[in-house]
Amino acid sequence: MTLLAAILARAAKAAITLLMIVILNFFLIHAAPGDPAAVMAGENGAADQIYIDQLRAQFGLDQPLYVQFYKYVGGVLQLDLGYSYRQQMPVLDLILDRLPATLLLTMTAFGMSLLLGVVFGLAAAARVGRWSDSAITGMALLFYATPLYWVALMAVLLFSVQLNWLPAFGYESVGAGYTGLAMVLDRLRHLALPALTLGLFFMAVYLRMTRSSVLEVSQMDFVKTARAKGLSEGIIRRRHILRNALLPVVTLAGLQAGQLVGGAVLTETVFAWPGIGRLMFDSLTARDYNTLLGVFLVSAAMVILFNILTDIVYRLIDPRIAAGGAA
Amino acid sequence: MSTALSIHDLAIALPAGADRAFAVRNISFDLQEREILCVVGESGSGKSMTANALMGLLPDLVHVTEGAAVFEGRDLFSLPDSARRALRGDRIGMIFQEPMSALNPLMRIGDQIAEVYEAHNRFTPAERKERALSLIGEVGLPDPEKIIRAYPFQLSGGQRQRAMIAMALALDPAILIADEPTTALDVTTQAQILELIKTIQQRHGMAVMFITHDFGVVAEIADRVIVMRYGDIVEQGSAAQVLEAPQHDYTRALLAAIPSDSVPEPHPVTTAPVLEVRDLRKTYVTSGGLFKPTRSVTAIDGVSFTVARGEVLGIVGESGSGKSTVGRAIVRLVEPDSGQILLDGEDMNALTPQQLRHARRRVQMIFQDPYASLNPRKKILSAISEGPITQGVPVAEAHARARELLDTVGLEASAAERFPHEFSGGQRQRIGIARALAMDPDLIIADEAVSALDVSIQAQVLELLRDLQQRLGLSLLFITHDLRVAAQLCDRIAVMQRGKLVEIGPVSDVFLTPKAEYTRNLLAAVPGADWGNRAATAS
Amino acid sequence: MTRFARNRGALLGLLILICVVLLAVFAPLLFPDSPWKMVQRPFLPPLAVEGMPLGTDTLGRNVAAGLVYGARVSLIVGLVSTAVALLIGIPLGALAGFYGGWIDEGAMRFTEFFQTIPSFALAIVLVAILEPHLTSITLAIAIVSWPPVARLVRAEVLSLRRREFVDAARLAGLSNMRILFGHILPNAMSPIIVMASLMVATAILLESSLSFLGLGDPNIMSWGYMIGAARTVIRTAWWLSFIPGVAILLTVLALNLIGEGLNDALNPRLARKGR
Repeated sequence: MTLLAAILARAAKAAITLLMIVILNFFLIHAAPGDPAAVMAGENGAADQIYIDQLRAQFGLDQPLYVQFYKYVGGVLQLDLGYSYRQQMPVLDLILDRLPATLLLTMTAFGMSLLLGVVFGLAAAARVGRWSDSAITGMALLFYATPLYWVALMAVLLFSVQLNWLPAFGYESVGAGYTGLAMVLDRLRHLALPALTLGLFFMAVYLRMTRSSVLEVSQMDFVKTARAKGLSEGIIRRRHILRNALLPVVTLAGLQAGQLVGGAVLTETVFAWPGIGRLMFDSLTARDYNTLLGVFLVSAAMVILFNILTDIVYRLIDPRIAAGGAA
Repeated sequence: MSTALSIHDLAIALPAGADRAFAVRNISFDLQEREILCVVGESGSGKSMTANALMGLLPDLVHVTEGAAVFEGRDLFSLPDSARRALRGDRIGMIFQEPMSALNPLMRIGDQIAEVYEAHNRFTPAERKERALSLIGEVGLPDPEKIIRAYPFQLSGGQRQRAMIAMALALDPAILIADEPTTALDVTTQAQILELIKTIQQRHGMAVMFITHDFGVVAEIADRVIVMRYGDIVEQGSAAQVLEAPQHDYTRALLAAIPSDSVPEPHPVTTAPVLEVRDLRKTYVTSGGLFKPTRSVTAIDGVSFTVARGEVLGIVGESGSGKSTVGRAIVRLVEPDSGQILLDGEDMNALTPQQLRHARRRVQMIFQDPYASLNPRKKILSAISEGPITQGVPVAEAHARARELLDTVGLEASAAERFPHEFSGGQRQRIGIARALAMDPDLIIADEAVSALDVSIQAQVLELLRDLQQRLGLSLLFITHDLRVAAQLCDRIAVMQRGKLVEIGPVSDVFLTPKAEYTRNLLAAVPGADWGNRAATAS
Repeated sequence: MTRFARNRGALLGLLILICVVLLAVFAPLLFPDSPWKMVQRPFLPPLAVEGMPLGTDTLGRNVAAGLVYGARVSLIVGLVSTAVALLIGIPLGALAGFYGGWIDEGAMRFTEFFQTIPSFALAIVLVAILEPHLTSITLAIAIVSWPPVARLVRAEVLSLRRREFVDAARLAGLSNMRILFGHILPNAMSPIIVMASLMVATAILLESSLSFLGLGDPNIMSWGYMIGAARTVIRTAWWLSFIPGVAILLTVLALNLIGEGLNDALNPRLARKGR
C-alpha cells in the first residue's frame, strides 16, 4: 500500500470517527440540564414566557429533534459549532481565538516530555540495576503518581511565590508592550512552568516505556548477531537497539496525545493560560454547554489529527509497513 | 592438519537457581583446520553454551570460570573485551538457529552485510557495497541487486539463513561457529543450507564448529564428532567411528533412538474405512479493507484419502504444505470450504454445531507442543476426565478411568493430582495421549506429536504410540514433517505439497519407489539419508 | 507470593495503602463530626491548636477530618469505577478476541472510538451534563477507562485461544462459553489484575482532578476539592493545597508500587529488572 493510499484510508476512518463524535455531541447537548432559552432570557433579565418562546424560535429550539439534529450536523460540517449565549459570540470564534495558545502549550509540553522521557529512559536502560537506574525510575514513578494540577500549584509556589523566577500566570506580561525578542522571551518565561508541569507526567510515561522497550530489544537475537559481527557497543546501541526500541514509543506517544489535550484543561486553569482548556473550565462554571461541547469536539479533532500524524511517522520509520508486506 | 582452536578444561558457571551449577565442566577438545566438527547433544547438554562462550556471547550472569581456548596463539578467555570484539566477525564468524529473528528487521540486507566491514574498519563504503553484492551471489541468493536493498521480512527463512552466512563469511574467518543453523528450516531448505556450508567451508578452507541435535545432519556434514550430555563430553572421534561403532552407551542409545529408514512390513489394510475424506478444500482469505487488496492462500486443494480401521496413515509434508490444516479440518477446528469428511459413513462436515459437540468424542487429537497443550491451571485428572464428563460419563467413573489411563501411558497414578508444570515435555505428551484415549475415539490424529521432543524422548513416545496402537487397535492419522519418524509408525504414507496430495501408498512403495518428483526430492533431502540406508541394510 | 514479598517497593506500597484504608474505614470514629463543620478559626496552621493537627481551612474546617473523609471518596470511586470498567472491558474484549470476525471488528471500532476521544475532556463533559454526583463521577471515570481493559483482554484471549489446550477443550465437546470462561479467561487473569491495580490509581487521580475543577459531589469532602478550594490562597496558606496533594500522591504511588510488584510476581518473564 502506498503512503498516499494509507493516508487516505486513515483520513476516511478519521472522518467517520469525527462524525460519530459530532453525533455523540448532539445528544450530549440535548441531555444537558436546563433550557438554553430560559438561561438566555435570564441573562437579559427578562424572563417572560413570550420572550423565551421568541428566543426558542430564533435558535430553532422549538423544532422537532431530528430537524435540530440535521441542522446541527449540517452546521458542524460548515464549521458552525453553535452560539455561546454567555459570551454572545459564535463558539467557533471563541475557540479559534484560544486555539493557538493551547497548541503552543501542548506541543511544547509534548516535545519536551518526549525528548526528556526518551533521554532519561535510555540513560536508565544503559545503567540497568545500578543506583542511577533506580533513581531515574523512582523519579518517573513519583511523577507518574503526582496529580498534574498539584504539581502546577507547587511549581507556582516555589518558582513564582518563593523564588520569584517565573511568572505565575498568563500568556504574557500585561501592558508591558514588549516587541521583538523581548516579547518572545517574555512569552517563553510565561510558557516555562505550564509546559513543564504538563509535560512531567507524560515524560514519566515515555521514560518507562523507553526503558522497558530498550531492555526488551537488547535481548533480541539480532543484537547478538550484531555482537557476533564485532560491532562496538555504541554502534549496536544506536543502530540496532535504539531504532527498534523507539518504534513502540512512537505509537504510544501518538495514543497519549489525547491525554495531553485533557491535561491541558488542568494546567491552563491553574496558570490562567488563555487556551481552550481554560475556555472549557470557564464554560463549566458558567454552565455554557454549547461552548463546553464545542471545545470537546475540537479537542477530539486535534487528537484525531495527531493520531494521523503519528501513523504517518510510523509508516515512514517502519519498512515492514512502508513496503506493504505482512509483518 | 594443524589445530585451529584448542580448548582445555572449560567450565561455564550457571547463575544460582539454574537446574545445575555448571553448563559445562572440564571439557577439552581441539578444532582442526579445514574440518567440520559436529558437537551433538540433546537440549541441556551445554553444546550451545560452549559455542557462545567461544564467541564471547554468553548471556548475562553466565560466565566462563575455568579453562582456556587457544586460538592463533592467544587464549580467548583472557583477552580484553576490545581484542575479543576485534576477533568476532573477522577471525571467527557465527550463525544462529533462528534466521527469522537474527536479522535486524529495520535494516536492509546489504547494510547488514556491509556493517561487518565497517565494524573492522575495512574498505570504503563503495567497496563494502561491492563486496556485499558478491557475497550475496556467493551464498546463492538470487538477484543480488534486489536482495541488497531488501528488508529481512521480504526474504524466506532459507534466504535469511543465506544472508546470515554471507555476513559470517564477509571477512573470511578462520573459524565458523554454526549453532543449530538448520533446525528451524524445512528439510529441503536444510539440505540446501548444509550443502552451502560444505561448499564454502571447502572454498575458504575454514574450520567449522557445527552444533546440532540431529545425527542425520552429523552423517551429512561431519568430519569429526563430539557427543555431549549434561555438560560433559561422552564421546569423540571421526564421523565414521562415532556413527558406525559408537563406544559410549549414551551415543548408542541416541543412535538407536533415531528412526531408521528401514521400512516396516506393510500392514494389510483391512476392511471398511473408519475415515474417508473426499475432495477437501480450504482457502484462507484475508479480508481487505477500503484500500487493501484481499489476499488468499489455498491451504487444502482437493484432498481425498481414507484411513482404514486399525491403520496408521502418515501425512508428510513441509511447512505450508497444508498437512496440519487437513488434520484440523477433519475435527473441524478449521471449517473446510467444501468436501466431505465421512466418519463411519457419517459426514462430519454436515453436522450442526450442536450435533458436532456430541460427535467430537469420535475423533481426538494429540498435539505438538507439550507446553501449550495442557491448561496450566487445571490438574491432570481434570484435563483427562473433562471430556468424558462433558459427554455424560459419571464423574466417579471418568476419574477412575483417568487414573487407569495414566497407568496405561506409563505414568504414576499420583500424577492425577498434579499440575502440568510439574512434568517434563515427554511426560506431558503422555498425558496428552491419555486425554485422547479417555474419549474412546474411533480415530486419533497426532499432529507433529513428537516433533518438539528430544530424540531419546521421541523414541519412547513413539514406542508408546506403537504399542498402544497395536494393543488397542487404534486408527491413527499421523501428521509429521519427518519422513523417518513416519516410516517407523505408519502403514501407509500420504505426501502433501502446497495443499495437494502428491502421492499416497504403502510405506515401502513411497520410500523405495516414489512416484512423485516431490517425494523423491524430499527423500533425497533427508539429512544422512545415505548413512541411514546403509545402516538399515547392515542390520 | 514470595516474589511479591521480596519486592521492597511493593511492600512499602501495601503498607501505605493499608494505612489509607484503615483511616478511611475508621473515619467516623476518628472524627465523629462532619468534615464540613466549621470548628475553629480559619487559616490555622498545622499543630497550632490542640486537636487540629493539620490546622483549619479557609472556612475554619478541620483539615485532618477532611483528609480522612476524602480518603473514603478516593478509595470508593477508585474501586467502583475500576470494577465497572472491568465489567465493560472484560466481556467486550473477551468476545472480540474469542469470536473474531465482524464481532471483533465492531467491538474494536467501538473501543477505538472511545480511545480517540480525549478521556479527561470526556469525563468533564459527562459529569457536567449528568450533574456532579458520586454516581455520575464514578460512571464517567469508568466510561473513560474501560478501553485499555478491552484491548488487553482481547490480546490475551487472541493469544490464548490459539493454544492447543483450547483446541483440546473444543475436542472434548465443551461449549464456547465454557471454553472462554473455564479455560481462557482464568489464564488471562494475571495481567488483568495488574492492570486493575494501576487503574484504581488512575481513577483516584481522575476523581481528584474533577473535584479540583469543581466537578466533585457537592456533598462529599474530597482531596481534589480541598486543593481546589485552597488554590486561591496559595500565597498565604500553602499548606492547605500541599497536604491533600501529598495524600493523593502517596495513595497513587502506593497503588502503582503494588501494581508493579504484582506484575513482577505474576508475569515473571516481563519482570522489569531481573533477566
